[in-house]
Amino acid sequence: MPFIPHTPADVDAMLEVIGAKSIDDLFDEIPASLQAPALSRVPPALSEMEIARLMGERAARDGRPLSFLGAGAYEHHIPAPVWAIATRGEFYSAYTPYQAEASQGTLQVIYEYQSMMCALTGMEVSNASLYDGASALAEACLTAVRANRQSQSRRVLIPRAVNPTYVDVVRAIAGNQGIQIETVDFDPRQGRTAVASLQRWARQDVTAIVVQQPNFFGCLEEVDELTDWARDNNVFVIALVNPTSLALLKAPGQWGRRSDGRQGVDIVCGEGQPLGVPLASGGPYFGFMTTRMQHVRQMPGRIVGRTLDAEGRPGFTLTLQAREQHIRRSKATSNICTNQGLTVTAATIYMSLLGGAGLERVAALSVQRTSELVAALGAVSGVREVFCAPRFHEAVVALDRPVAPVLAALARRGILGGLDLSERFPELGHALLVNATETKTAADIGRFARALAEVQSITVGARGAAQQRSMT
Amino acid sequence: MSDIPGDLKYTKSHEWVRTLSPTAVEIGITDHAQAALGDLVFVEIPAAGAKLTAGSACAVVESVKAASDIYSPVDGTVAASNTALADEPELLNREPYAAGWLIRIDVNAGQAPPLLSAAEYAAYLAASGT
Repeated sequence: MPFIPHTPADVDAMLEVIGAKSIDDLFDEIPASLQAPALSRVPPALSEMEIARLMGERAARDGRPLSFLGAGAYEHHIPAPVWAIATRGEFYSAYTPYQAEASQGTLQVIYEYQSMMCALTGMEVSNASLYDGASALAEACLTAVRANRQSQSRRVLIPRAVNPTYVDVVRAIAGNQGIQIETVDFDPRQGRTAVASLQRWARQDVTAIVVQQPNFFGCLEEVDELTDWARDNNVFVIALVNPTSLALLKAPGQWGRRSDGRQGVDIVCGEGQPLGVPLASGGPYFGFMTTRMQHVRQMPGRIVGRTLDAEGRPGFTLTLQAREQHIRRSKATSNICTNQGLTVTAATIYMSLLGGAGLERVAALSVQRTSELVAALGAVSGVREVFCAPRFHEAVVALDRPVAPVLAALARRGILGGLDLSERFPELGHALLVNATETKTAADIGRFARALAEVQSITVGARGAAQQRSMT
Repeated sequence: MSDIPGDLKYTKSHEWVRTLSPTAVEIGITDHAQAALGDLVFVEIPAAGAKLTAGSACAVVESVKAASDIYSPVDGTVAASNTALADEPELLNREPYAAGWLIRIDVNAGQAPPLLSAAEYAAYLAASGT
């Protein structure tokens, strides 16, 4: 299928029909001062041979480090069939084709994906995916503002223990749409949101609260208590979850201890990358979102439904499109009119191959490896775990010296040692966020711990960075 | 030819207005509007107590091919909304002037919104080529 179908002759013929001299004439109503000039800094086109070589050289510069860095994107084993199937010609495309008459296979994959995400999150309806976890959270906040009819305030509570990069994206997307973000502190000993601190907002008009499980520090939030508090105060709950963790933890659809049928959250969203998508400099990944049927018209993105054709045979088609931008224009639920078809295809195959039991083993092994990692790092002089709440597969450790030079020294030893939290969370001191999944062996963990001990012994905490550089 | 009852008032955005009392009206969409939209599958209407401003969107009707805003013809407060439409949006297609009513509004004092008579609305539809 050619995606640039118009030849110069086609373009000229069309311009002649409508009486325009050039393509530029079509943009006349945009003032010249607002039009982008020619993109003079874009270099000339390269041949396939040249671009393959250039990209190969750049990729090689990254090396193949042993990674203990998570913070939102996680290295999991991806069974070989996942991408062997996802890159078949029937799926592998820059564009997700939605035409029901031509795309039954693609539509069925998305339908199966939606069914799996509903089962995993304990919700009733899923969209076909969004761009990534951070933009999915922003869209979830906007969905909550539309769907929570009992609230007029557009106030959304976001705990500080939520991934700060996600909060940046929420501010960028939702900040100019009248949404007011208020911050909830975490307990400095536990590393999770202090439920008691929510009393400040009791009986006020609050639209929604975001609950990240596990939270940015890897700690498990008290989701039942948080959900019950929100229900008591007519606050929507937006669960931001790691899909792998749901194989072990209670589905957000069952959060809360109420027995009056108002159990569970309102919207679930998150980053789908752990489900079979390789780590790649920030993407492409995919975001997911599920909700209750009563909110389906407020949910953004595409939805595939199962139906019957004119002859009574089952088939798949896009549904509820009247919410979307191509129908509702400026009043659409969102300007998102697409999904991440290819990475969703990979995730669907990944989940099919692993099944519930396989995903549970991945999650359990990741928890175990992280415990081993924390124990090994904790045995290094000057390193201790910061929080005491139960954790999933990530943890915060504190060093006795600045983190950045230590990470640089580890990188020179081929190890990505985690994320330096000291800029975003200065109150935690020299804090480092580390992760281990099922991909890390006891030997890998030992190598990290030994390298950290070595770096700690030759970098000097209290003295200048220049000295550290010269010694490592 | 669409049905345009003589005892109602109309807007150019295809709502009908029935006067219930000097301070209360009932509104809905015209037969022409329901026919143009096709089979309606969902209706979103404001709850009792919502404040409305004349000319601003107050409800949404959704068919299989489009979603359209409904504009309040008057300033006022929603007194009642037709909850039957949540389960049976097809009432809008079947009985647009009766069981398919949308909301009843308590009209703010001193209102004289410029509404069309049945004859004026029929002429407007004819002039706009429908």
